[in-house]
Parts: sequence; C-alpha cells; structure tokens
Amino acid sequence: MSGGDDETVPALARGVKFRFDEVRQAWVLLAPERLFVPDEQAVEILKLVDGIRSLGAIVDELTGRFKAPRDLIARDVATMLGDLADKGAVKL
Amino acid sequence: MSAPAPPMGLLAELTHRCPLQCPYCSNPLELERAAGELDTATWLRVLDEAAGLGVLQVHFSGGEPTARRDLPALVRRAAERQLYSNLITSGVLLDERLLADLVEAGLDHVQLSFQDVDTANAERIGGMVGAQAKKRAAAALIQQAALPLTLNFVIHRQNADHLPAMIALGAELGAERIEVAHVQYYGWGLVNRDVLLPSRDQLEAATAEVEAARVRFKGRMVIDYVTPDYYAQRPKACMGGWGRRFINVTPAGKVLPCHAAETLPGLTFPSVHDESLAAIWQSSPAFEHYRGTDWMAEPCRSCDRREIDWGGCRCQALALTGDAGNTDPACALSPHHQTMQAAIAAADHATDAGFVYRRIGASRPVEA
Repeated sequence: MSGGDDETVPALARGVKFRFDEVRQAWVLLAPERLFVPDEQAVEILKLVDGIRSLGAIVDELTGRFKAPRDLIARDVATMLGDLADKGAVKL
Repeated sequence: MSAPAPPMGLLAELTHRCPLQCPYCSNPLELERAAGELDTATWLRVLDEAAGLGVLQVHFSGGEPTARRDLPALVRRAAERQLYSNLITSGVLLDERLLADLVEAGLDHVQLSFQDVDTANAERIGGMVGAQAKKRAAAALIQQAALPLTLNFVIHRQNADHLPAMIALGAELGAERIEVAHVQYYGWGLVNRDVLLPSRDQLEAATAEVEAARVRFKGRMVIDYVTPDYYAQRPKACMGGWGRRFINVTPAGKVLPCHAAETLPGLTFPSVHDESLAAIWQSSPAFEHYRGTDWMAEPCRSCDRREIDWGGCRCQALALTGDAGNTDPACALSPHHQTMQAAIAAADHATDAGFVYRRIGASRPVEA
C-alpha cells in the first residue's frame, strides 16, 4: 500500500474520469482501458478527491459525516486510495 | 431469462485499412474493403445507441482508425455522449493537425503500438519501411498534447528478447501505462504460429521482466501483461465472458461479442442496419448462444471456475478442437490440451519460413 500522509493531496490521474452513470444508476471511475464501479464507501471518498483537498481534509470531512473514529476512517481512505494509486487511477 | 447487464465497452472497428501488415493482426482473414465500410451517419447513430445502452468506454480501432477522415467527428460524438474515448493506433498516419482535431474533439486516451524497439526488426514485423520514425513522431506529438498514453507491445518469438528496452521506451516517452501482450493465436496469428510462438525460456524471461519493472515503476507507470494461452493451465475469460462486457461493431456494421466471432459457424451476426444495439445485445440468438453457463459441456459445466473464465475462448476452441462449444484447450482439464504442447514443440523446431503478412487476399488456410 502506498499511503501518503495527511498533507498529501490526492488527485485523479491524467485521463481518469469519475462520473455518475444514469443507465446503471451508479458512480463509475473511467480510466485508460479500464474502469471501476466503486462501492458506496469508495464513492463518498472519491467525491472528495478534487486535487485541492488534502488527505487530512478528506478524512476530517468524512469523520464529521459518519459516526466512526477518525483513525479508522483514515485507514480506510489510505487503503482505498493507495489501491487505486497502484492501479494508476489516482495520484498520491 | 432476465435482461443481461449492459456492456461496459464498445469496440468500434472503423476500418480494416492499415498501412501496416503485422502477421498477428487481430482482424479476420477476410478483410473488409473500404467500399463496404459504414458511413459517418451510421457510426454516429451507433455511438448514440451505445451510450443509451450503457456503454461507458469506446475503443476506436481498426485496421488503422486514423485512416477514417471522420474520426474527429466520431470522437466528438462520443464525448458529447460522455463515452470515454480511446484511440488504438499504430501512429503512422497521425500528424499534428489530426491530433489537434482529436484533442479538440475530446479524445481521452491514446494507445500507440510499437512492433519492436529495434527499427529494422520493427519494420520487418510491421511490413512498413519508415514506420518507426513516424511512430516516434506521433509519440512526441501525443506527449506535447499532454494526452494520456499507453504504449502497446505485442510480443512473440521474434521480439520478446527486447522487452527491457520496450519498457524503457515507455518511460522515455512519458507513457503512464504499457501493455505487453503476447500474441493471441487466432486468425493471422494462427497462420503464423510457428514463427511467432515464444519458447518457454522467452516466456519466463518476459514474465520476470514485467514483474521486476512493475516494482521499479510502481506509482509512475502501470504495466499490463497478457500471457500466451499456450503455456497456461487455465484459460482466460475471453472478452470477460461472451456477451458480458463488450460489444464489437465491424467496419461493415456486423455486431459481434468479440472481434473474431465471425469465424464461428452456425451463428448469424446481426447488423446495425437491421436492429438497434440494445435489441442485439439483449436478445439476438448470437449473443445468447454462449452467454452465461447453460451452453457449457464438461469439464466446464461442473467446474467451480465456470463463472471466472466462462469456458475461455470460443474461437480458440473451434480452431484447435473443431467445436466452438468445447472447453478452451488452454485449460489443462480439456482433453485437447495437448494440442497446445504439440504446437509449442512444432514452433521450437520450425525453420523460419518468414511471415504471412496481413494483406487482402494473402491468407492461406492452416490445419490447426
């Protein structure tokens, strides 16, 4: 896992698009010759990946919204984004 | 039966025309001539129908898709319909003006092929003198335009030893992704199997190189690797399963579950002239035929991997066993699996007879 610290600003990699698909009624992450249909939790994280917010700010935002300990959310966010970074869809 | 989930990708084979003549081309042996190609208006309608059906990505392919003058117009329509557009090109026809038009139209990504890093060998394989310089120029233009780039290397006995330099070229040209794909032995690849099938040593060296490079370039460049079925124990989920993820439209407008499906006997493939993509996807007999698992015989029928590999490739089953309904012989459980070992032995002992290049009228039948 390639995590990144609180100051890291994650962004979608070049050529990657995150959009809502009306046919499936689902969010999809479209990348060069691959695509992902993220689960609900991943969708909430990806909606906050805008190339401006830091990892810390994303975790703060989610902690305020969901009733879970901050370090647990931080771990989930780092795992999910680290996995997408390994697949080339996110830059950390 | 409930309606199948919508396809993820449309393979739009715009033309079979191509300045290159690669002896492993994935096009059928019977190539479509320019006069038989769909017109612009029909392709635009196909893109609209694809988006309505739930297609998310469109792969503009060929032949050489940039041989079609209407490519920017098709890319623009894809962008308008929020279809993620991917151009699969050899790069030899790509100039500054065309690339600018494609960028302006909203092209999302380019996959650029190289036949080798060694110029003489690359041009021998592709059958086109001067191609390598044009490809390098195309790569530079793509880099300047800041378009996401994948370099594609199809590897085989005649170039696999150059893989380290191929991966280095990807890094040099700023690719974020490299696709290293062993030849798949259908159609033209099958005709040329004896001169293309790698040795086991070559395969193992290539696999080790890919694994080492993935570690080296982690976080900077993704390396996708397509292995050759002939050394496999289990088949690939060809196209992610018949009629599950991809819909393919040929230059003439036939709609197929995979680009090679026209080789299968007894199936009538519908045309975009006669029915909508949705009707074809959801209920045409050709798409229903090998969809799911009901069609399977043993050893697939009772296998716990039947919804992982979906029985492998129908075209390979036909070519090597004579029956498209058999288990793909790439599977070690197939009673025909030894045909693959026999082919490897034949290739290891073959004298280099040269290529049968992909040209209209060049194919000759082979006994598999």
